Amino acid sequence: MKYILMMSAPRGTGKYEIYSWPKKDWQAHMAYWDSLNRELSESGELLAIEALTEPDQARMVLAGKDGAPITDGVFPESKEFLAGYWIVDVETPERAYAIAARASAAPGPGGASLNMPIEVRQVMMSVRPEDLLR
Amino acid sequence: MNRSLDARSQDLLRELVPQALGAVVRRFRDFAAAEDAVQEAALAAALQWPRDGLPENPRAWLTQVAFRRMADHIRSESARRRRESEVAIEAVHTTELTAFETASQEDDTLVLLFMCCHPALTPASAIALTLRAVGGLTTAEIARAFLVPEATMAQRISRAKKSIKNSGVPFQLPTVEERAQRLRSVLHVLYLIFNEGYTSSAGPELRRGDLSHEAIRLTRIVHSLEPGDTEVAGLLALMLLTDARRLARTGPGGELIPLAQQDRALWDKRQIAEGVALLSATLPKGSVGPYQLQAAIAAVHDEAARADETDWPQILALYDLLMRMSDNPMVKLNHAIAAAMAHGATKGLELLDALDADACLADHHRLDAVRAHLLELAGDHQGAIERYRSAAGKTGNLPERNYLLKQAARLSSELRPMNER
Repeated sequence: MKYILMMSAPRGTGKYEIYSWPKKDWQAHMAYWDSLNRELSESGELLAIEALTEPDQARMVLAGKDGAPITDGVFPESKEFLAGYWIVDVETPERAYAIAARASAAPGPGGASLNMPIEVRQVMMSVRPEDLLR
Repeated sequence: MNRSLDARSQDLLRELVPQALGAVVRRFRDFAAAEDAVQEAALAAALQWPRDGLPENPRAWLTQVAFRRMADHIRSESARRRRESEVAIEAVHTTELTAFETASQEDDTLVLLFMCCHPALTPASAIALTLRAVGGLTTAEIARAFLVPEATMAQRISRAKKSIKNSGVPFQLPTVEERAQRLRSVLHVLYLIFNEGYTSSAGPELRRGDLSHEAIRLTRIVHSLEPGDTEVAGLLALMLLTDARRLARTGPGGELIPLAQQDRALWDKRQIAEGVALLSATLPKGSVGPYQLQAAIAAVHDEAARADETDWPQILALYDLLMRMSDNPMVKLNHAIAAAMAHGATKGLELLDALDADACLADHHRLDAVRAHLLELAGDHQGAIERYRSAAGKTGNLPERNYLLKQAARLSSELRPMNER
């Protein structure tokens, strides 16, 4: 069963807060991801992992009358912002929740758990690009 | 130079893979490394056979190449260890390849299956390892069938091999006491492979036929090695009788077509005949197990020329027997459907009410889908629409979701004009 685990970060000022943390905390935070990701990779559960750039780099795009893109800058309505995601293939939903809880507990400033919300959704369809080219 | 193996040579190669692997493991006692060596030998065969023609003795060819790869591996390993620890390791005299064991090649395939389906492995690992070590599929092929990256599948396989190594399972047949239990694990893994091919749990296409085909091929091998085991025969019959409907099961756009609406002319008559013959020869032997019962149910469906000629009382009787052997919630659901078809929708709905408390089923889309179907049969179209939609929201399978939404849409369009009247 495939799941996407979506990590939200507070939108804040448009910059990731992590950049203003003390170096030690930042390193501990990254080491935590490194260890979790390595573990998921070794268990054969990790399919994909992507981290996204900061909120103030995001653009909202609409098609104009001629189909040309109209881009807009930041959108302050929502408080949460998608920071990155994992796609995992696991035996049970409970295993996906357990991985999400591990991600949620990543350490923040002073080593305290960030307890970030992780949205877990089951994947309904996947396509491998190479299969479309055959 | 882009010639590839023709289908027959490919089948032959895949048949030889477990036999060669057995010979290599028995000689070198290292399953993980032997498996890599045989994969390399199989790749070499896929490249060389189309170019040079089929060798005179393909099995000997494959085994010799694997032996050589294995010897290379051991030599480089011991060189590495010497470098690291400066401890001289006894030279390896394994390159004399004049004779290798030919005695128990058939047993080898069984031993490999017992190893790959060891209960210590997770189902996903056992499936991947079985397809590679016994099925002779490449990691890339397995990854494609399961729609995951090749690296992920490679990791799963190497992890499975590590677990086997760590568990210290010897390369031999299980003891007489263990044998029946271990054979059940093998059948379960083959059943999962078949199901993965027949109803994909994630993917744009409902059916990934290669996996079903492979499961049938492997189960045939087990049946030829264990002709007296009635459940092996039962599982093979179940697969044949189910897979016989493959062409009728989906429409041109990949959409799901339920049993009652399938064009039965598209069913594979020869495969049905084979499944029925196998089952008829097996059932009188006694010791009827769950696979035989499920095969018998599939046979009753397959033997009805039209959906409304289905012998539902007999199917219900078979589900009654099956329920005594298994507390699988899906069996209970199917039992409720059979009861509805044999004794009316109300009877089926009553049975479903009793299943609402089942923790495994309560939030499962199949419970909603079956209730929707039975409500429709009972004439409660509004209730059926709600349940179809609820089921559609819960399923993780796209063709199934589309089917359920279509049912809801069909009933709504029938309801609307009536309300307006």
